[in-house]
Amino acid sequence: MATVALPTRLKDAAIAAGLALVLAIPFIGLFTVSTDQGLVVNSRWSWVAWAVGLVFAGRLLLGAGRDALAARANRKNNEHIDLTNHHKNNRILRGIAIGFVVFIVPVFFLIYGGASGIQIILALVICLLIGFFLDILGGFVLPALKKVDRSSVGTRLTRAFMVAALLFAVTLPFMPYSDRYIIDLGTTVLIYILLGLGLNVTVGLAGLLDLGFVAFYAIGAYSFALLSKFFGLDFWVCLPLSGLIAAGFGVLLSLPILRLRGDYLAIVTLGFGEITRIVILNWQGLTGGPNGVSGIPRPGLFGLSFERRPPEGMVSFHEVTGIGFSGEHRLMFLYLIVLALVCLAAWVINRLRALPVGRAWEALREDEIACRSLGINPTASKVSAYAIGGMMGGFAGCFFAARQGFVSPESFGFIESALILAIVVLGGMGSQVGVVIAALFIVMLPELGREFADYRMIVFGLAMITIMVWRPGGLLSTRVPTVKLDQKGA
Amino acid sequence: MSEPLLNVTGLTMRFGGLVAVDGVNLSADTGRITALIGPNGAGKTTIFNCLTGFYKPTSGELSLSHPTRGKVSLQTLPGYQVARHGVVRTFQNIRLFPRMTVLENLLVAQHVGLMRKSVLGVAGLLGLKGWRTAQKEAIERARFWINRLDLAAVANEEAGNLSYGMQRRVEIARAMNTDPLLLCLDEPAAGLNPRETAALGELLQGIRAEFGIGILLIEHDMKLVMGISDHIHVVEYGRKIAEGTPEQIRTDERVIKAYLGEPDEEELPAVVAADIAEVAAGEGDRV
Amino acid sequence: MDASALGTFLQYLINGLTLGAIYGLIAIGYTMVYGIIRMINFAHGEIYMIGAFVAVTTFSLLASLGVTAVPLALLLVLLVSIFFTAAYGWTVERIAYRPLRGAPKLAPLISAIGMSIFLQNYVMQTQGSRPKPLAPVMNGGITLWNGDGFTLSISYIQLFIILLTLVLMLGFTQLIGRTALGRAQRACEQDRTMAGLLGINVDRTISLTFVMGATLAAVAGVLVTMYYGVIDFYIGFLAGMKAFTAAVLGGIGSLPGAMLGGLLIGLIEAFFTGYISGAYKDVASFSVLIAVLVFRPTGLLGRPDIEKV
Ligand SMILES: Nc1ncnc2c1ncn2[C@@H]1O[C@H](COP(=O)(O)OP(=O)(O)O)[C@@H](O)[C@H]1O
Ligand SMILES: [Mg+2]
Repeated sequence: MATVALPTRLKDAAIAAGLALVLAIPFIGLFTVSTDQGLVVNSRWSWVAWAVGLVFAGRLLLGAGRDALAARANRKNNEHIDLTNHHKNNRILRGIAIGFVVFIVPVFFLIYGGASGIQIILALVICLLIGFFLDILGGFVLPALKKVDRSSVGTRLTRAFMVAALLFAVTLPFMPYSDRYIIDLGTTVLIYILLGLGLNVTVGLAGLLDLGFVAFYAIGAYSFALLSKFFGLDFWVCLPLSGLIAAGFGVLLSLPILRLRGDYLAIVTLGFGEITRIVILNWQGLTGGPNGVSGIPRPGLFGLSFERRPPEGMVSFHEVTGIGFSGEHRLMFLYLIVLALVCLAAWVINRLRALPVGRAWEALREDEIACRSLGINPTASKVSAYAIGGMMGGFAGCFFAARQGFVSPESFGFIESALILAIVVLGGMGSQVGVVIAALFIVMLPELGREFADYRMIVFGLAMITIMVWRPGGLLSTRVPTVKLDQKGA
Repeated sequence: MSEPLLNVTGLTMRFGGLVAVDGVNLSADTGRITALIGPNGAGKTTIFNCLTGFYKPTSGELSLSHPTRGKVSLQTLPGYQVARHGVVRTFQNIRLFPRMTVLENLLVAQHVGLMRKSVLGVAGLLGLKGWRTAQKEAIERARFWINRLDLAAVANEEAGNLSYGMQRRVEIARAMNTDPLLLCLDEPAAGLNPRETAALGELLQGIRAEFGIGILLIEHDMKLVMGISDHIHVVEYGRKIAEGTPEQIRTDERVIKAYLGEPDEEELPAVVAADIAEVAAGEGDRV
Repeated sequence: MDASALGTFLQYLINGLTLGAIYGLIAIGYTMVYGIIRMINFAHGEIYMIGAFVAVTTFSLLASLGVTAVPLALLLVLLVSIFFTAAYGWTVERIAYRPLRGAPKLAPLISAIGMSIFLQNYVMQTQGSRPKPLAPVMNGGITLWNGDGFTLSISYIQLFIILLTLVLMLGFTQLIGRTALGRAQRACEQDRTMAGLLGINVDRTISLTFVMGATLAAVAGVLVTMYYGVIDFYIGFLAGMKAFTAAVLGGIGSLPGAMLGGLLIGLIEAFFTGYISGAYKDVASFSVLIAVLVFRPTGLLGRPDIEKV
């Protein structure tokens, strides 16, 4: 394909700039201010000029870039048209995605971590090296055990990355550079990963759209808050209860919508999320309404409390261990529990995928009618997918309450549901590594932009659009089979 | 004489004013290939849909003689239960799980048994011995059918990426992995070339001989139908107009009229095949 | 029923109809877009919000220019708001949805949510996060009944909303039913590929659908600005959600369904607020929606989609 002539491109850029002018006039060019005399219109035409100029230049550059890419792709296609190209592409993109995380984390620490970025980068590099080393070691050990390792470079890369990420995550709270803020943020990321893993079951595996996942999060958080407030139950009792209660609501939700498909699910689940929030907001007697519930107890370790003054019947952690009291211990401890549960959840879900339960979920996503024709009960599959997904949401909510020590309906708006869904879709439906990467992105990007707090949500919205347009299947869109047939004697 | 495996009596299916199936009687037995033929829109697929629980028939009795459960009225079962009683089907428009591999497709078909053996997933999660053996057996069974249908080279490929002919074979393999009593095939040769069609014929005869299950076959390819069927039912406008052995059908006045509008017995098979192929080609994406 | 109770009832009815008319106008945008490209345009609520903001700016501008004649001002505001809002609607489709045609189903939804977040914050940043109060444009009303223990009145603005909505809906039905554009739209709904092969400009038809949806949303934005006299950057989300509910309740993809759904949601809100509790009115709307969907999985007027096997 020939590259587009310059005049054509100039014309195209001019049209875009003209459109930008139209769009900019009523919002960037004009704005209203409330005064005693009512609304007064002010203007800032220089901004409009900037906007139009930017769009013109951007469109021109974008067009040129796209031409260059197309020309290259064309040349490649002429050389050899086969599927390997596609795979190579995927590997490169996976590399980019991983690189992106490896990059975003140090930059983040550089800006906010008290300590030097070198330390962080070093820690990351060491983790990665260990990851690769373990993977290579596996390459030697497995054949020795007569278990043949046929995994591709891509999966081995991913595996190494997972090991590295895990190491990094486990060691994070003990690193010299980790302060309160970082550990707390780490906990937030983990909570979102847990939410993403849960929603990934419903949406990514079973293919059931859910725009109200925040309901399970809220139900988990309030379960803990209320059970501790009214019955004095502690975290370790409430954690499983929160999960179970949320799973129960998952079952409840799934019943009226068994017959609905695709887009109808969207509004009903959205409604379920909103109903939950509105009920919490207005049921003052139970939930405290907009004021929320405070004084939620913190988790302890086998009866040891992390508070300076332990509640009655408990001994404090710092007295027993003699390490001296520090508020950070509590945060570190919570971080580690969440991390453990995230790992457990990821393991369980991954395992479920290869079990009949999980395989039926994926089959349901692919073709419900074919499922029925093979004796699979779609109702059972749907109910279990909502229940397991909801349970993860409930756990996450319980952790959220434990971290904050306070819950209020404000934390459970629709935007949370949208963000969790974005984690699943941006990561690549069904991919757990994708969930991890996307959760890092979704939580850290707005934090990174705190300097430009005002504009970060604008950038965030744009980033969501850009990623979807760039990779409609999500960052990691290749599906890993749950089982492979080894070719005997072939 | 003992009851046949499947006995359909007075099956009627109405869609609003349209009577798609009108009082059809038919039967299918183990170890036999029973064909169901008729022009497009005659109601053949609708009969399958009633049989396999996708439609609740307006009236009629679909009676299955189950070797262990005795007589079962299929029309009273919830849709997904039909397959659990051994009646399994393929679809006129292939319905695989396109983003799962061929092997996974076949394992999904073994869901019911595996679900029991994984104790709702618990034994599976814990990796207990019983589950591990069950899983190995399931894979071996899948391997058997993969080899049998010549799919070994693509066993780990996503089903959606395969060629049309291969997808048809995967669908049959998947149905066989449910361990059926009666295999219902809806136009399995549609879109296949003559060589693939001949192979399909051999496969079906092989299945009949080796596994002794019943096969109910909807097919437009008259050469295939006449070649392998033990018994043929002909429907037109929702009514059964004839039944009998291939020889009887070949010479049946009403059948010839239904297909050609005028009697022309000698050339029937070839002409019908060509005729149907033409119609079917324009009908590719209808269900 | 005694007289004053009847009066209250009728008053709620009028309020509900007004609200329902506005929801209906927005719901049409959801339904038309869904009909033609099977996607939920999650950013449609923001388009309506943009319409409302343009209206506020234009009203203020006209006031400062001394245009005081209400009909003239109203006409100008409607035209200006429609123009800019339609430009936004067109651009949104062009940037966020067109590249995703044929992509996995959830991709456009996420893109739409991203667009919604973007537009909300864009307006918040450029126009400020505080609510914008607007001096009343249309005052007064008609007393329909006085005496016998109750008064019943309808304000001019309510009357205007209901009448304008009626006119627009009739006009739109004609447009879709009679014109070449409407035919092209219906053709694209049924089979986009085939429509394209037959020489229909599919891209243009889809773009025009967004423009039409945005036009109605702009009108709704103008009407709401006049009705409530105050708007903020968050109104798009709330109204969008309700209009979306209305579209699904009526049967998404069906134009009369969207109107019916809008009216029902408006009435449910008005009556529930009046007789039971304002706090739970949204719970009531959603519950009705769920109940309807349980029995009619494709909404009130939606064509039941037969599961052909
Ligand atoms: N779900 C349905 N609703 C309405 N009509 C249907 C439905 N399914 C099938 N039909 C009609 O029933 C008739 C028989 O169709 P079908 O069984 O598919 O024919 P065949 O498989 O013999 O070609 C056709 O006229 C078809 O349009
Ligand atoms: Mg058929």
